[in-house]
Amino acid sequence: MASKRGRMAQEVNAGSMADIAFLLLIFFLVTTTIASDKGIMNILPPKQDPNQPPPEVELNERNIFNILINANDDLLIEGEFRNDLNGLSDEIKRFILNFGNPDEDAITLFNSLPPSLKGLADQSPESSDHPMSGGAVISIKTNRGTSYETYLEVLDLVKQAYFEIYGERVGLTGEEYRTLSGQTPAEKELMDRGKENIPMAISIAEPDKTGS
Amino acid sequence: MSKFKKKTKADTNIPTSALPDIIFMLLFFFMVTTVLREQTILVEQKIPQATQLQKIQKKTLISYLYIGKPKNTSLYGSEPRLQANDVLINTSDLVLWVNQQKDNLSEAERDQIWISLKADRDVKMGPISDIQFELREADARKLMYASVGKVEN
Repeated sequence: MASKRGRMAQEVNAGSMADIAFLLLIFFLVTTTIASDKGIMNILPPKQDPNQPPPEVELNERNIFNILINANDDLLIEGEFRNDLNGLSDEIKRFILNFGNPDEDAITLFNSLPPSLKGLADQSPESSDHPMSGGAVISIKTNRGTSYETYLEVLDLVKQAYFEIYGERVGLTGEEYRTLSGQTPAEKELMDRGKENIPMAISIAEPDKTGS
Repeated sequence: MSKFKKKTKADTNIPTSALPDIIFMLLFFFMVTTVLREQTILVEQKIPQATQLQKIQKKTLISYLYIGKPKNTSLYGSEPRLQANDVLINTSDLVLWVNQQKDNLSEAERDQIWISLKADRDVKMGPISDIQFELREADARKLMYASVGKVEN
C-alpha cells in the first residue's frame, strides 16, 4: 500500500509548465527596456584657471568653419544664412580635407590619402590650410536660447563628416568605422590609422548671453 | 490511394514536450537582458534623435544626468531641472555629485568616468552649457549626449 502511494506521488503533472513559463515570459517581455547607452560623444576642454587667461591661439580666420545658431534656431554658416542643413556634412568634409597652405607633413598626409579622398581635397587658398592639428577647426557657437535638438543635429553632421573621412581612409564606410569598439588589437589599429594626423577639432564656444 | 492515406495519418501529432524548454530559453534571455529601472525619473525625457551614435563598452563607467521639464510642475516649476540619482539638484551641486560618482569607481578608473547627459529635446542650450561648465570644473570631461537612432522616412 505504502509503496503504491509513494509511486503515485512521484508523478508530477508537468503539462502546465509551459503556461507558467509563458506567463513569466510575457511579464519580462512587457517590463523589458533594453538599455540604450548610445549617444554622441564629446570631450570637453579642460577647466580654465581663473588666474590665467585662456591661451591665445593664433588661428587664421580661413582655418575656422563657423557655425552659428541663434535663439530662433537660425543658422549662420560661414557668414551665410541657412534654412536647412542639407549638404552641410559634405561641405565640412571638403573644408577639413582642403590643403590650402600645406607644410611638409601635410603633403605627406595628402599623399597617404586614398584616391577617393584625394578627389575631395581641394587646394583652395581661401579655405583651411591642412587637416592636421591647428589646420582646420569646426566651431559651433550657440546662444543660450538655442534648442538642444538643433545643436545636437549640427554636432551630429560634423561627427558624420569626420567619421566618413576616417572610415574612407581605412576602407570602411563611416558607419562601420563608428561602430568599431577598439577592443581587439585589429580594431584598435584600424581606429588609430583612421584618425592619424586628422584630429577631430570641434570647438564648442560658450553660448551668447543675449536673447535667451 | 491507400499509400497516401497511411502517410498522412502517421504525422498527425507534433511532439510538444520540448515546448517548455524553448519557452524557458526565451524567458532566460529576457531575464538576463532586462534592466529593471532603479530610479524614478522626475523630469520629462524625450530623448533627441541623431545618427552618429556610439556606444560605451564599459557600462560601469557611466553616470547618468537627466535634464528636462519636471513632470510635477506644481511642485518643481516648469523650468528645466537637473536630476541626478533620485533627486533634483542644482547645477552648483554638480561638482559634489561628480566626486561622489567618482568615489564609486575603483582608483584606476576614476579619471575614465563618462557622464551620459539625458536631456529632453525641448531644453535650451543655456542650462546645458551651465552643466558643461560645471563638469569641466569637476574634471569629468567625457560627456555623452544620449540620443536615439534616427528613423529614416
